Amino acid sequence: MPTLDMSQVELREVNQTLQGAAGTQTAEPYDIINPRGSHAVACGLNGPLTVTVKGSTGYYCAGMNKDATVHVEGSAGPGVAENMMSGTVVIDGDASQYAGATGHGGLLVIKGNASSRCGISMKGIDIVVHGNIGHMSAFMAQKGNLVVLGDAGEALGDSLYEARLFVRGSVKSLGADCIEKEMRPEHLEILADLLEKAGADAKPEEFKRYGSARKLYNFNIDHADEY
Amino acid sequence: MCGIVGLFLKKDELRPRLGDMLTDMLITMTDRGPDSAGIAIYGDAADGLKFTVQSDDPAAFDGLAEALETTLGVTIPVTLKDTHAVLLVPAEKEAAAIEALEARGLRIMGIGEAMEIFKEVGLPKDVAARFGLREMGGSHGIGHTRMATESAVTTLGAHPFSTAEDQCLVHNGSLSNHNDMRRKLAKKGVFTKTENDTEVGAAYISSRIAEGATLGEALEGTLKDLDGFFTFVTGTKTGFGVVRDPIACKPAVMAETDDYVAFASEYRAFADLPGIDTARVWEPEPATVYFWER
Repeated sequence: MPTLDMSQVELREVNQTLQGAAGTQTAEPYDIINPRGSHAVACGLNGPLTVTVKGSTGYYCAGMNKDATVHVEGSAGPGVAENMMSGTVVIDGDASQYAGATGHGGLLVIKGNASSRCGISMKGIDIVVHGNIGHMSAFMAQKGNLVVLGDAGEALGDSLYEARLFVRGSVKSLGADCIEKEMRPEHLEILADLLEKAGADAKPEEFKRYGSARKLYNFNIDHADEY
Repeated sequence: MCGIVGLFLKKDELRPRLGDMLTDMLITMTDRGPDSAGIAIYGDAADGLKFTVQSDDPAAFDGLAEALETTLGVTIPVTLKDTHAVLLVPAEKEAAAIEALEARGLRIMGIGEAMEIFKEVGLPKDVAARFGLREMGGSHGIGHTRMATESAVTTLGAHPFSTAEDQCLVHNGSLSNHNDMRRKLAKKGVFTKTENDTEVGAAYISSRIAEGATLGEALEGTLKDLDGFFTFVTGTKTGFGVVRDPIACKPAVMAETDDYVAFASEYRAFADLPGIDTARVWEPEPATVYFWER
């Protein structure tokens, strides 16, 4: 298995090697050692490739991922899997702010906790957090699913569009226009599938679903004199 | 953007290595703040007060020890470190020493039984080398690499800021009500030396402690009374504390082992710390005060 040692190889060379390999069908899985909290590790992968990062990463790990599988055997800094298009990103430890922000697709699994703004403006990505998430998570989230096995912080789903939010634990507070919604059979089905894919030991029935009340979608003429 | 680091040792064996460990952490944070750098280090408590003074003019230190001996009537040991000097002043001579030093045009960066402060404009590696930070031992210390936003790139605008004996503060962020708070503090007789927002934060914490608050209570108070973005790390003679504003945009990460508690803006700064692979690493919660005391 090819190994890239970040104490010997520059970040740019690491990413160029991975990006080159992701373009070929026969690429072997890569190991990255000594990441030492580096920024932008395994970014911009544009095709199928399996990458295992042996340690913790800094800002923007696995950003813009497409089709690749990136597994971080540590914690990730701010903006992990930002704007992911497809593929899978798994973080064994915690993730810092805005994990999975603006993601269009694929699956992001965080086995520890995620901090504030997890899934902000998500556009189709599925995010499964085994632990807790911080405040302002799923702010303006448009599409996709955010599954949280632990608790959610303040203002969950503020100004939410059509993303689905599933939380097993407590929610400190809901943001503007975010409400609890009925869990229908199709939601339990989606949830069961995501929990299985994310290796999460939880039952769909233990979760509550939150979504948009859709009251911010249109201007309300009765509020005109408040401006 | 700025970079902050902090290290609080739980075991004495690591004390000789404090400066070395903090210097590596500081240099790693260079690309978060290349304008200026500074460090406050808490060494052995002195028999008297350690004054850290600064001057851009090396001639200002010529004959300083003799002049102080004449004015104060006691021998004042003076240790020169580049643009700074550390003086050991008997506690009862504090007021007279401040007057004498200010009369000579020297800037007093900090005063304390344990604390020494070194800060200058320039890259963190150069600042560290000029002061010999690597060789400094101690129980705990905090450091800062600055990318200036709220006031000029000057020595006095560099962090840490000390606004009371053995107390200092480093800050990542910007305060939006610092002018208002500066006026409120001035009404209480608490004056700042610069136009810098962080110094107001430091003065606020010092004034609360002077009024009887614990470090924890003073840090809680910042959440109510200071407006803006902040991740603060404070040092006192016996401890160090961390608080982030409720929005918590500014990054922060902490690590704890049996040997130390460490703080940094980014995990990168921890990469060389002993035992970091098995340390408990976590992101401090917003609007939550953390502090450790020995």
